Amino acid sequence: MNYFDLVPWIVFLPVLGLLLNILIGKRLGERGSSLVAFLASGGAFVVSVLQWLSLSAHPEAHIVKFAEWINIGALQVPWAFRVDTLSVTMMLVVSGVGTLIHIYAAGYMHYDVRYKGDPAAYQRFFIYLNLFIAAMMILVSGDSYLMLFVGWEGVGLCSFLLIGFWFNKNPDGSSGMENSNAAKKAFIANRVGDLGLLLAMFAIFTLMGSLSFDTVFARAEFINPSYILAITLFMLIGVAGKSAQLPLYVWLPDAMAGPTPVSALIHAATMVTAGVYLVARSAPLYSLAPAAQTTVAVVGALTALFAATIAVGQNDIKKVLAYSTISQLGFMVAAVGLGAFVAGMFHLVTHAFFKALLFLGSGSVILALERAHHPIDGDHEQHHEEPKKGHAFDPQDMRIMGGLRKVIPTTYRVYLIGALALAGLPPLAGFFSKDEILTDALHANPLVYALLTAAAFLTAFYMGRQVLLVFFGEPRSHAAEEAVESPPIMTWPLIVLAGLSILGGLINFPGLHGLTNWLEHTLGHEFAHATEFNLTVALTSTLLALLAIYLAWTLYGREPLKAKAADPLAKRLGSLFTALQNKWWVDEFYGWLIIRPYQRFAAFLADVVDWRFWHDWVHDSLIARGFRGLAVFLANPVDLGVIDGLANGLATGARGLASSLSILQTGYVRNYALMVFFGVVSMLAYLIFFS
Amino acid sequence: MDFLLQPLNLVIFFPLLGVLALLFLKERESLARWVSLITALITFGISLWVLGLFDAANPDLQLTVVRDWIQVAGWNIRYAVGVDGLSILLVLLTTFLTPIAILSTWRAVEDRVRDFQLFFLLLEVGMLGVFLAQELFLFYIFWEFTLVPMYFLIGIWGGPKRMYAAIKFFLYTMAGSILMLLAILWLGINQGSFYLPDLIAIGGIPADIQYWLFIAFAAAFAIKVPMWPLHSWLPDAHVQAPTAGSVILAGVLLKMGTYGFLRFNLQLFPQTSVQLAPVMGVLAVIGIIYGAIVSYPQSDVKKLVAYSSISHLGFVVLGLFALNQQGISGAILQMVNHGISTGALFLIVGFIYERRHTREMDEFGGLWKVMPVYAVLTLIVALSSMGLPGLNGFVGEFTILLGAWGGGVANGPYGSYLFAGLAAVGVILAAVYMLFMFQKLFLGPVTNKKNEGLKDLSARELAILIPLLVLIFWIGLYPQPFFALIGPAVAKLTASFSGIAYLPIP
Repeated sequence: MNYFDLVPWIVFLPVLGLLLNILIGKRLGERGSSLVAFLASGGAFVVSVLQWLSLSAHPEAHIVKFAEWINIGALQVPWAFRVDTLSVTMMLVVSGVGTLIHIYAAGYMHYDVRYKGDPAAYQRFFIYLNLFIAAMMILVSGDSYLMLFVGWEGVGLCSFLLIGFWFNKNPDGSSGMENSNAAKKAFIANRVGDLGLLLAMFAIFTLMGSLSFDTVFARAEFINPSYILAITLFMLIGVAGKSAQLPLYVWLPDAMAGPTPVSALIHAATMVTAGVYLVARSAPLYSLAPAAQTTVAVVGALTALFAATIAVGQNDIKKVLAYSTISQLGFMVAAVGLGAFVAGMFHLVTHAFFKALLFLGSGSVILALERAHHPIDGDHEQHHEEPKKGHAFDPQDMRIMGGLRKVIPTTYRVYLIGALALAGLPPLAGFFSKDEILTDALHANPLVYALLTAAAFLTAFYMGRQVLLVFFGEPRSHAAEEAVESPPIMTWPLIVLAGLSILGGLINFPGLHGLTNWLEHTLGHEFAHATEFNLTVALTSTLLALLAIYLAWTLYGREPLKAKAADPLAKRLGSLFTALQNKWWVDEFYGWLIIRPYQRFAAFLADVVDWRFWHDWVHDSLIARGFRGLAVFLANPVDLGVIDGLANGLATGARGLASSLSILQTGYVRNYALMVFFGVVSMLAYLIFFS
Repeated sequence: MDFLLQPLNLVIFFPLLGVLALLFLKERESLARWVSLITALITFGISLWVLGLFDAANPDLQLTVVRDWIQVAGWNIRYAVGVDGLSILLVLLTTFLTPIAILSTWRAVEDRVRDFQLFFLLLEVGMLGVFLAQELFLFYIFWEFTLVPMYFLIGIWGGPKRMYAAIKFFLYTMAGSILMLLAILWLGINQGSFYLPDLIAIGGIPADIQYWLFIAFAAAFAIKVPMWPLHSWLPDAHVQAPTAGSVILAGVLLKMGTYGFLRFNLQLFPQTSVQLAPVMGVLAVIGIIYGAIVSYPQSDVKKLVAYSSISHLGFVVLGLFALNQQGISGAILQMVNHGISTGALFLIVGFIYERRHTREMDEFGGLWKVMPVYAVLTLIVALSSMGLPGLNGFVGEFTILLGAWGGGVANGPYGSYLFAGLAAVGVILAAVYMLFMFQKLFLGPVTNKKNEGLKDLSARELAILIPLLVLIFWIGLYPQPFFALIGPAVAKLTASFSGIAYLPIP
């Protein structure tokens, strides 16, 4: 008994859910519509579990063809789902974490829509969330690069919609364009990456005559390796876009403008890991191009360290997590780049647990402050005054937090677990997955190992800083004193995720190699070798993490930050800290290098070249007037009857370009129409009667 | 009568019945709209009947009607119509878009309603004739015939500078057509026939003459498309034309140019097509990038959409001159896609123009809050236009680019990957101008008081857009029925290029 034929439902169920919410969401009310969305996502999770069970019995890949799609000559791309151990791993993460976030969001959005003054937006949120699950499922289950690409751009669209969910606001809640700017930025940065993936597909099809994974991989080894190198480097551009790697990562921090459940689901746990999945999926291609592998690994490792430095200098609770996500994605990308596909996937899974936990936890913190700042009672809608830009109460600013462990203890406990898991302390999930990456890196590429170890040190530091700033010390604002713990519908998913963050290491526990054995069915023995536990690496990273946490404690714990006091790091690091706070001015640099020059060039091309030169001068002045001049010249001195008439006719026509033809205003028009009509009729009559 | 009842003759000339009925109506009667709409709907029905009779597996011309027509001075001019996989979708596109465009005039055209509808139906006759004529002389007549009603539609019902735009449109197109006429006459006289299948069968035109004939035809078509740098008439015509006129202009009339390349240049001059493919490819790619960049800073939405057409049709030309199955099939599908998506965009611009009597984007902002249905439908159309997978535009663009990557366009000294690679940059730029447009209209807070009370789409406006949206999803998710219609004819056409080696132009 197997359930492979059910696999299309991982897409259909969320689509069904969103259609239901579009059609009758308003009538269902908040409870009804979030329940529909939850059932849709939960149903997809159940189907994914069934795939897992079926695959446990028959671990070889199953392809379920659903329908024809594009079929021209050699180009044959059906809608076909691929069930193998790699895709099912992704399905479980996406729908599992996704469903937990649906539950959490049912509670969170209840408050958020009221604080934003638009309760009607509740349904819209769950429509987008289901759409995202559907697109992400297409991405991970497609059997060809093209179907993967459908999901790939589909999740990009959902990301756009959800970042810009409060499209008429700024991130601090005031009216403005910033959220929609962030949404647009994400879409365009992703499109730049997508171009790489498109080019990779063109090359793959031209060289290998197919876009289906099996066929492509089977034929890859007969292709000139330099072409494979080109293909894999094109793909890397796509990875950098989607998984927010250097140099395309800039959209992800801005993406925090989206509601916090979105940050957890899309911009931490699932969508941004698509690039890691793509490289793991394309393992047979990457292994043929060692130079590409090294490039991928170095890009990942550099990103890991670079983003970690910025995270140190952020004051916004979500921005710290955003840069941390970029950094952790760098770990995964570095891993799959090194050929440590299992380690990369392992970290992808555990990171999905603890980073979703951290984001949702930060949402709980934000809401706790928001509710203390201006309480709303129950379900009753309240008039909510719109804050002015810059004067808004910013519940995401860690400088107004402090001491929260006493007022929101549940959130505090789960958050601490998430933070320690991210810092990589044993025996939490992050320790095992990160150490597996570090061990593989040490064997494969010492430079990558050094970069990643430094990043791991910073990770523990900025998480220590964050936890101390948020939960320890004294409250630095009224809201922090009065913070309100979130309702159970929000805390339960947090507790489940905390459990997973503790136990997640068991998935690929040293010596048992569960995930390795599981993925070996798909990746093959060559790409899914078991990594042995390396005590030196483990001890080094653990000691470094402890040292970093101690360092954070000396700065932020021993003498807790006072309200409106400067960050102790600012004194010690000086202008370096300013650079970190300003994110190394990368956005400004891109504005100077790309965006403003493009705007100026486009305006020049449109206004000066196309309009004033080509349209006005060449056409209206040069051609039209020159023509008229010629006509007048011919009409006057060369007074021949035929030429005269012709030239006058032309001159009239040319003059008409600038002035208006009065004939049209009169009743002659009908005569023209009649003439045309009778012309056609007589032509037909001739054909009917005389031919 | 038997002649008129031939399916293809019926579909071409049926709108004339509506014209006849309209002639008996008074000037301002609103009944004129209904007469026109019903005529167009019946014409659409007839075209579906034609589709039912059409054998998709047959790559050749079908349902042909051939009659002797004018035999003077040894010229053998015949009346010949026929349909094949290259044209069937364009016929359907025409009959599908016409009633939609007519329905969009319900509120927009209040002045001289009857005359407007009269020209609109005449225009449909001309367009259908262009796509169905299989005889050069007849084709030329229909080709020029379409100018007249469009000239009046822009010139009478257009914006403030309508006369300028109408005359420019007319003269510009005429200039190209004259060269084509000369080429047609050369062919008819020297090859002894104007009938297209005859001409293809006879062949044997010397390479150097083929070259000039190709250019003469291409001049007419390139202006119509319009290909860069011959696009100067397009922004004027679009900005001034009434909404329904823009829908048909972008949706169908521009395709007459790309269809002309497909039907005549590729079929009659295969040798030169192979030779000049890289040149056409360069022009197409410039058009793609140029159109996309110039669209971006526009402040008038309609002008933005107009310039985006230059970019989109660049993709079509690029696909055609890939000279392989993927490229040409994608190009034909993309003609349909562009008709649907850009047609819908012009309708959408018309909706807001009817409410606010401005198209300046700075006047808007935050419309999503005020008109959510309108916003969501616009977003879908915009996404289709920028080629989001799962929607129609992607299927066309992807197959075109895939074809171009290794196709005939890549012959010669330009390298094989550059065309598709640069054209794909146009996909990013399309996202840039489309998203800016969408943001300026719909996102952010409502800043202009005049926008606060705007009504969301009416039932009629929804009825106009929904058929287009259905196609956007249908073609995006399941384009196979469309490719099945195109496939055999394209396979036959591309086979004719297989034996031709690329030689650099002397």
